[in-house]
Amino acid sequence: MNKFIPVGQIKNFATKQTVRLSNETFVKKKEAANFLTDIADVFLFITRIIKETFSVNFEFREFMRQCFQIGYKSLPLISITGAIMGLVLTIQSRPVLVDFGAVTLLPGMVALSLIREMGPVITALICAGKIGSGMGAELGSMKVTEQIDAMEVSSINPIKYLLVTRVLAATIMIPILTLYADAFGIFGSWAGANIKGNVSFTLFFAQAFAPVEFIDLIPAVIKSFFFGAVIGLVGCYKGYNAGSGTQSVGKAANSAVVLGSLLVFIVDMIAVQITDIITS
Amino acid sequence: MSENETIELPIDKMNPGTDQPVLEIVELNKSFGNQEILKNISLTLYKGENLVVLGKSGSGKSVLIKCIVGLLKPDSGTINVLDKNVTSLNSKELNELRQKIGFLFQSGALYDSMTVKQNIEFPLRRIKKGLTEKQVQDKVHEVLENVDLVDSLNKMPSELSGGMRKRISLARTIAVDPLIMLYDEPTTGLDPVTSDEISSLILDVQKKYKTSSIIITHDMKCAQKTANRMMMIKDGLIYKEGKAEEFMNSTDSYIRSFSM
Repeated sequence: MNKFIPVGQIKNFATKQTVRLSNETFVKKKEAANFLTDIADVFLFITRIIKETFSVNFEFREFMRQCFQIGYKSLPLISITGAIMGLVLTIQSRPVLVDFGAVTLLPGMVALSLIREMGPVITALICAGKIGSGMGAELGSMKVTEQIDAMEVSSINPIKYLLVTRVLAATIMIPILTLYADAFGIFGSWAGANIKGNVSFTLFFAQAFAPVEFIDLIPAVIKSFFFGAVIGLVGCYKGYNAGSGTQSVGKAANSAVVLGSLLVFIVDMIAVQITDIITS
Repeated sequence: MSENETIELPIDKMNPGTDQPVLEIVELNKSFGNQEILKNISLTLYKGENLVVLGKSGSGKSVLIKCIVGLLKPDSGTINVLDKNVTSLNSKELNELRQKIGFLFQSGALYDSMTVKQNIEFPLRRIKKGLTEKQVQDKVHEVLENVDLVDSLNKMPSELSGGMRKRISLARTIAVDPLIMLYDEPTTGLDPVTSDEISSLILDVQKKYKTSSIIITHDMKCAQKTANRMMMIKDGLIYKEGKAEEFMNSTDSYIRSFSM
């Protein structure tokens, strides 16, 4: 039996569907436009930082203060993390190497892992947490309490004073912290090797650096510079563009850590590919 | 007398300065999204006078002074400050102009990682580049004496009360000898005694530094004490403009509601 639907009901249904689709299209269009605007904002932000870095009247005092904050104040955390990294890596790898009778390769393997990958990435992740969130929260609260506006109306360039110094300090200090973490990692590894064995530090040190070549160090240091720049840029961008209200300070700090950590992995993946192409 | 020379006239409470405008706003419009904040606002600030802009919270008073210093860009209209159109200046020219304008923020906006001394030195060293170390220290001491807070020289902003923060912020602003002062709600959040002290300081600054000022407030006592002229903004439009006495003696219920 045929079922008849009134024309008015069909028209009504068609109108509702058209309105719904057009609303959804409008929302998607707005989202796409916002995404593109965000990308343009980030691009302009990075361009401005680079431009201000090479302009006159560099804020050297503030740069040194930031180096102290980022570098010196992170030393205890990096020391502990580095030592634990080396210790755990040694304890975990030792049983497998013992089974193959290759325990003498342990120091070299740990040193290579630390220098090439673990040291730079773990240090960068720790710094994304400590430094990135610090930058996001500090700059965010400066924005909320109108301190950045106060700088601008005093004709002081906040980009040059606050952002360039922080990004540069992060770019320079994170490679140094990475090397420091590598050194503590090797100490930790020696301690780990002595839990179940007995090896002198001199012998361990000699075995650790036997397979390590200068070419192993260069890509790691170069990628650490990029990690530092990424962490600094993300922390500053999120803090400087924080909205109004205390909630936005927390949001800025949080997103600085999340995005910073994610970008560290992405940069690492690209760096590994480039290193592989160059060395093979 | 050459054409460039200016005549300095005495400041009188009723008839403060000259008819020489230092700041002129013509048909200023500003909106955020669909919300119109300022609608065709026009005002003139004359040399040496204190112009109080009254209005309830959210009426667009703070937006108005943020447009004057270029922190916000107006949708349309012109803002002439010291014969320069703020809306058409490039960043270098805007920074040069900003050196002649002092801005007292509602929250004080003291740099919380710096001591009081560093807060005052920070803009001073950057704007007045030719000063010797002794001149900088003398200036810091002078402005702190003016706000009666010399003892707080080495304190951090977190150790200061609300009123002290406002006074230090005022000291930081006047340290660079601005020609125009913009006060954003200078007495908000303060007790009546401290509010009165801040109002007195505004008058002292006007007399000592010969500044022309726009004072944004909804505190009628502060307005009454500091104003040479008043203006009221309601719903983004100028509701009334006139001498302080006209506001005090007004029978308009909206204006009278501010005196309650």
